[in-house]
Amino acid sequence: MKFLFDFMDKNIAPLFEKGGKLERLYPLFEAGDTFTRTPAEVTPSAPHVRDSIDQKRLMVFVVYALLPCLFFGMWNAGHLFNINNNVEGATFLTDMLRGATMVLPIVMVSYMVGGVWEVLFAIVRRHEINEGFLVTGMLFPLVLPPTLPLWQVAIGISFGIIIGKEIFGGVGYNILNPALTGRAFLFFAYPAQISGDKVWIGSAKTTLDNSLLGTVAENVDGVTAATPLAVAAAAEQGSSAIQALADSGFDLWNMTVGTISGCIGSTSVIAILIGMAFLLITGIASWRVMLSGVIGVVVIGALFNALPAEKFSAFSQLPFYYHLVMGGFLFGIVFMATDPVSCAATNTGKYIYGFLIGGLTVVIRVANPAYPEGAMLAILFMNVMAPLIDHFVVQSHIKKRTAYARALNHA
Amino acid sequence: MTSAAKKLLMDPFSDNNPITIQVLGICSALAVTVKVDTAIVMTLALTAVVTLSNFVISLLRNVIPSGIRMIVEMAVIATLVIIADQLLQAFLFDISKQLSVFVGLIITNCIVMGRAEAFALQNPPKDSLIDGLGNGLGYGIVLIAVASIREVLGFGSWLGFKLFPESYMGNGLALLAPGAFIILGLLIWAQRTVTKYVED
Repeated sequence: MKFLFDFMDKNIAPLFEKGGKLERLYPLFEAGDTFTRTPAEVTPSAPHVRDSIDQKRLMVFVVYALLPCLFFGMWNAGHLFNINNNVEGATFLTDMLRGATMVLPIVMVSYMVGGVWEVLFAIVRRHEINEGFLVTGMLFPLVLPPTLPLWQVAIGISFGIIIGKEIFGGVGYNILNPALTGRAFLFFAYPAQISGDKVWIGSAKTTLDNSLLGTVAENVDGVTAATPLAVAAAAEQGSSAIQALADSGFDLWNMTVGTISGCIGSTSVIAILIGMAFLLITGIASWRVMLSGVIGVVVIGALFNALPAEKFSAFSQLPFYYHLVMGGFLFGIVFMATDPVSCAATNTGKYIYGFLIGGLTVVIRVANPAYPEGAMLAILFMNVMAPLIDHFVVQSHIKKRTAYARALNHA
Repeated sequence: MTSAAKKLLMDPFSDNNPITIQVLGICSALAVTVKVDTAIVMTLALTAVVTLSNFVISLLRNVIPSGIRMIVEMAVIATLVIIADQLLQAFLFDISKQLSVFVGLIITNCIVMGRAEAFALQNPPKDSLIDGLGNGLGYGIVLIAVASIREVLGFGSWLGFKLFPESYMGNGLALLAPGAFIILGLLIWAQRTVTKYVED
């Protein structure tokens, strides 16, 4: 190994450094170099904590935390496909393989198209390729339905990377979460495929006979059924939204396990909780945002529950804990809202920011019939508000300290 | 045409464009640019109004008492806008309906008022006329560019001609006002990258 590193440092590195032949391609070299080995440069003077973790490894940890969601999403997509297309002899393995043929292309397109933009901007703007893209490229496919056409994935990630991030100056300067920006773009541009009032279950276009994936016995048309959020929103006033959900085959159990149709990564509460535990143990994501987000859902949800049932929609009477397991809220608050760049920076600010995300999610779901899912819009809205929250937190701190200093002087 | 007059006419197209450089008249640039035909009619209406209002106000510039100059300007502009609106209703009723209030709102368009205040009050009628024409067309060129992008993305057509096969899936965001904002922003980005213009 040492021989290889020496060779790299002596013969390859100078090509890319200042004055070298391939100077303009330095970002590419740098990315490969620091990706494969820990950078040798360390800050020489105190005070700095020496830690084996750096930004690249930090971001890779987030990707690890997303893996349970990815694998569950793959299995679930294949499982639902096989059930709805009457595939004979479906086993765990064929479900997984079928799901992989649906989900992996989306992940690959996201990484490849996003990666091209990332490298292009890095070279033109002469900044280094940022590790944050590893996470964006994985988060984006996980908030998409498994049936989304690949060209939409490509357009969505392009929009997310360029408009959501690079025009502000790249990672660290972005106001919005790039993955969610891309999803919001698709949501408004091509609502038919992603708006979430209909379930997303793949349908076999032709009868397949494939020893590896199982045999599609008969050709079934696409499935059209409402998602849990749409069912609850459509429940008639005075009736029970829980009953409406149960009639459509949704209950707390299958929404928690996640064996229902939904975005690839966000159906299974259990898979998300595994990822969350990993993020919290490693200390990467902010527990303040997650905690206050859940509290926000509980408080605002309970307030809606307290409204008189005869005057307000059945959805407002749905017990608040349902909001925690339905739709994309939990995935959003664990992986999206905690994005260190676009979330509030101060600790007090994080509590306010998280609480408002949870509260707004419930308000949008219950009170706005146009949007069955509120989590995406709530997080983006609070991303925009985060600097303002920080400003007021800092101002109030300064005020308090000034008053304290004055009191000391007068004492 | 003298070089000074040429500069008056050409400046607003790029170097001093009312939309992309001065960022005026954004409201109508977002509202009437869903389709190219409405954008073209709007361009003609605004160009006519700003050219004539500049000309008339410049003729009156020495007799308007400065204390009430705004009111006089408004009276001139409002008269011209009402004439333009009535003409559209008479001869292009369908497009006039699509433009709805936005023709009437030319009265409040910052470009018209801005040129009257900044240019016509200090300059002779001929220069004012050319300045108005340049600014109207400079506004129009951006309007039509935005409308072209929106119509092609959103409907797959340009000025009503289908460009793509029936299977083309329209981009819904391009038809919404936020989409127009993003497209306008990208245009400004592209222009400033080419001209190296930097805001002071």
